[in-house]
Amino acid sequence: MNQKGFEPKIIGFLCTWCSYTGADMAGTSRMKYPSNIVIVRVMCSGRIDPTFVLKAFQDGADGVLIAGCHPGDCHYINGNMKTMRRYPLMVKLLEGFGIEKERIRLEWVSAAEGEKFSTVVKDFTAKVKKIGPLNWSVQAGVSKEASSPGLKEARL
Amino acid sequence: MKKISIDPITRLEGHGRIDMFLDDSGKLANAYFIVPELRGFEKFCEGRPVEELMILTPRICGVCPTSHHLASAKAADAVYHCEIPSVAKKLRELMNSAYYVADHTTHFYALGGPDFVVGPDAPKAERNILGVVKKVGLEIGGRVIRQRAICHEVVSMLGGKYVHPSAATVGGTGKGLSEEERKKCQEIAEESVEFGKFSLKVFNDIVLANKAYVDLITSDAYTIKTYYMGLVDEKNKVNFYEGKIRVVDPEGKEFSKFEAKDYLNHIVEGVEPWTYLKFPYLKSIGWKGIVDGKDSGMYRVAPLARLNAADGMATPLAQEEYQKMYETLGGKPVHFTLANHWARLVELLYAAERFLELTKDPEITDPNTRVIPTAKPDEGVGVVEAPRGTLFHHYQTDERGVTQKVNLIVATINNHAAISLSIKKAAAGLIKGGKEVSDGILNMIEMAFRAYDPCFGCATHFLPGEMPIEIKIFDSNRKLVNIVKRD
Amino acid sequence: MTKPKLALNWTASCGGCEIAVLEIKEKILDVANIFDIVFWPCVMDFKYSDLEKFKSKEIDLCLFNGAIRTSEHEHLAKLLREKSKVLVAYGACACEGGIPGLANQFDKESIFQRVYVEIPSNQNKDKKFPQENNDMPEGKVQIPAFYDTVKSLKQIVPVEYFIPGCPPLEKTTWKALETVVKGELPPVGSYLGAGDKTVCEECPRKKEEKKIKRFYRSHLKLPEPEKCLLEQGIICAGPATRSGCEGACLKANLPCWGCYGPAQGVVDVGAKFMSALASVIDSDDEKEINKILEGIVDPIGTFYRFGLAGSILRRRKISQEKKG
Ligand code: SF4
Ligand code: SF4
Ligand code: SF4
Ligand code: FES
Repeated sequence: MNQKGFEPKIIGFLCTWCSYTGADMAGTSRMKYPSNIVIVRVMCSGRIDPTFVLKAFQDGADGVLIAGCHPGDCHYINGNMKTMRRYPLMVKLLEGFGIEKERIRLEWVSAAEGEKFSTVVKDFTAKVKKIGPLNWSVQAGVSKEASSPGLKEARL
Repeated sequence: MKKISIDPITRLEGHGRIDMFLDDSGKLANAYFIVPELRGFEKFCEGRPVEELMILTPRICGVCPTSHHLASAKAADAVYHCEIPSVAKKLRELMNSAYYVADHTTHFYALGGPDFVVGPDAPKAERNILGVVKKVGLEIGGRVIRQRAICHEVVSMLGGKYVHPSAATVGGTGKGLSEEERKKCQEIAEESVEFGKFSLKVFNDIVLANKAYVDLITSDAYTIKTYYMGLVDEKNKVNFYEGKIRVVDPEGKEFSKFEAKDYLNHIVEGVEPWTYLKFPYLKSIGWKGIVDGKDSGMYRVAPLARLNAADGMATPLAQEEYQKMYETLGGKPVHFTLANHWARLVELLYAAERFLELTKDPEITDPNTRVIPTAKPDEGVGVVEAPRGTLFHHYQTDERGVTQKVNLIVATINNHAAISLSIKKAAAGLIKGGKEVSDGILNMIEMAFRAYDPCFGCATHFLPGEMPIEIKIFDSNRKLVNIVKRD
Repeated sequence: MTKPKLALNWTASCGGCEIAVLEIKEKILDVANIFDIVFWPCVMDFKYSDLEKFKSKEIDLCLFNGAIRTSEHEHLAKLLREKSKVLVAYGACACEGGIPGLANQFDKESIFQRVYVEIPSNQNKDKKFPQENNDMPEGKVQIPAFYDTVKSLKQIVPVEYFIPGCPPLEKTTWKALETVVKGELPPVGSYLGAGDKTVCEECPRKKEEKKIKRFYRSHLKLPEPEKCLLEQGIICAGPATRSGCEGACLKANLPCWGCYGPAQGVVDVGAKFMSALASVIDSDDEKEINKILEGIVDPIGTFYRFGLAGSILRRRKISQEKKG
């Protein structure tokens, strides 16, 4: 499935306090990381509803990165603990859909760890590149559900 | 060659259709009874925790969910080598008995019965529950609705709801009966016994008293000679919940008797490319095609088959009626397909009597309705008698009790070949060379089909209406030349 | 004034939804008084060809039950959409794909292989499979195409309303019909007849704090009476499931299986259920968390029991090699 020239689309959900700041630092201090990642800033990793992850894959992501503060450092006390409990279930669920566990990753990245962020993104992108495109709507043979034009009002 | 399509005939765990081909002289060349429906439960139950199969598999059929629920629970108990508390067994049987009363009631009064009570030649508009009401009195319509409602109440009491109850689990049942609930059940059971007696009287007064009807039941168009299968207890009496599977040959002699778990030594299912439904037959005899007789592996299940396969009924009133039926119809076994209606009423009475017995059982209010299975799960078969026939669930799991393989032989499917033959026979007798295929033929074919109560025997016909039937006749260029239709 | 026209139809369905409509008992006669029932193949003598004769939007209300599994189902869905002013998905199968939607973890080929070849009671040496077109000696016999993927009704055609449940309970059906009869139709896309909370909120069991060290499968623990099952570690779909049944299964001492579908506002029932379960885990230790999660042996079946087809990802990936 490995395709030459394939550039994976990665969605990164980063908590604003630690990981996003870390990513920002990586950007400004020119620690290069691949441009494959599209960053979505959230208040806290605990606020990343699994629905976001499913939607990301549905919308064509090849990989999803979740990053939050190190355990103990969450600005909402235990938001990242929630993430930690949810994450393994998320992986199991995705495997049930036939989505390889290598396509999702959880990392703790502090505001000072610009370099770590850059390494993680590089490594993750390379791994996703290796397994190849997911292309959900095609692979699963499903398109998005019927739109409902003109269904504004119902009258008998 | 002309082609005739009846589409859809009625529900059979899906939709059914009959395609008939006439040769150039207008005689029936062949009839295909087609089920264009498959949902694939045997595949997608793989990977599921085995204790959930009794929740998933009833969704095969919302007409007999209780039967699937219990067959599944028994199979899962067997997977865990788990002996369930005796009160749990009784509660399951009690729920099943109440369900049987409701289901058989519906079939007789709303679906199959009208042909007899009102008459097969009555105007179509009267051949339904309203016609029955007119003939036997107004209060009976209310009685039927009430009988169903009170039996539903019993199922809901134990399973939370009537369609797709959540009552049994591996190791027993979730809920027991309080003394108050038991009393309620007993009242319902007493009423059910009276209703069972009354229903047989209706049959006696209206059907048996009329020679024309009896002649119809015993006529050749509705007779096929097959093997019969059903669950029996240790005294060879009919049992719906447990026992051994007994098969008798077309002469009524015991052909085999086996434990549920050995079913694979006895039953085989054939596949035909023109239908989604398989054709089970007796393994040791083999598949001879859609033909009857001693040399054909075709067998039948459901009320008449159960009575044929047993030596009697386990409750006194039903036993009397059992004897009367065989005396009247000339001894065992009875091969008249339409006698299923009578057999169904004998069973209704048995179910009600058994229901009553159970409500009076001192153990029935024991609150310890469940045990936790402890043995290592592996493989198990569960069999019950669903109203429409012997129902097999067979599961294999890994050591965590996660399902690896599932095999199901659903009640009506056992009758698949026989239904096909009955239809063909009725049609062949009626579609004669040169004659137009008329509306009258439709009801005759329909009756052959309906006697088996192929799964949509429920409340469905208590509105004015008929099983939809349409025959399309095509000429050899597949051009539609005629449509015969009831409306 | 002429009576509004009502149609009922089924597709990949177990028939339980048809029974459920009749569960309203004598009120069915009210329905017959209010509506002119023009199509109901399971109960009355109407044919598909009768349906084709209707003018566009001539049917006022259509209750549609069952999922879309074959080409015939798709055809019927489109036809009824065209003929109906208001199309209602009735029951879990039509709303979310229901239990048959669990087949979306597999495809046509693996299902056929199992059902027609592997099954131990089969006798099928020549590996015969049902075919759409069959040339029999006497003529052509056709059956509809079986799709790889089960779909919910709204994935095929636009749908105005949804009535949840497997099947909808009597009170749900009746409430929904009343809403329609009284002309109190809510905004398009609404659920009718059920609640807008979760099953937990109407469950009779006592709720305290949910903190658990182990998940139990329902048959492996005797629940304490009256106490919330999830607090005892028994997996229960109540927190993710729409209210309306008043906790029917809980009253029978077994957990909610999720038949009323995603609770109000929930986009993906699995995501919601998963979050709810994760949130009761009493541990901050990765290893321990993983150990606790071993209690969930079938994530897809547990989280999407009645709604895989209607979920965001809808099915398991179909392997391209096999398809190619
Ligand atoms: S929703 Fe449930 S009751 Fe209704 S058709 Fe589907 S499986 Fe049957
Ligand atoms: S989790 Fe289950 S048992 Fe607990 S309150 Fe919710 S529905 Fe009731
Ligand atoms: S408790 Fe859950 S599974 Fe049971 S009827 Fe209610 S919603 Fe359905
Ligand atoms: S604020 Fe960073 S994970 Fe909670």
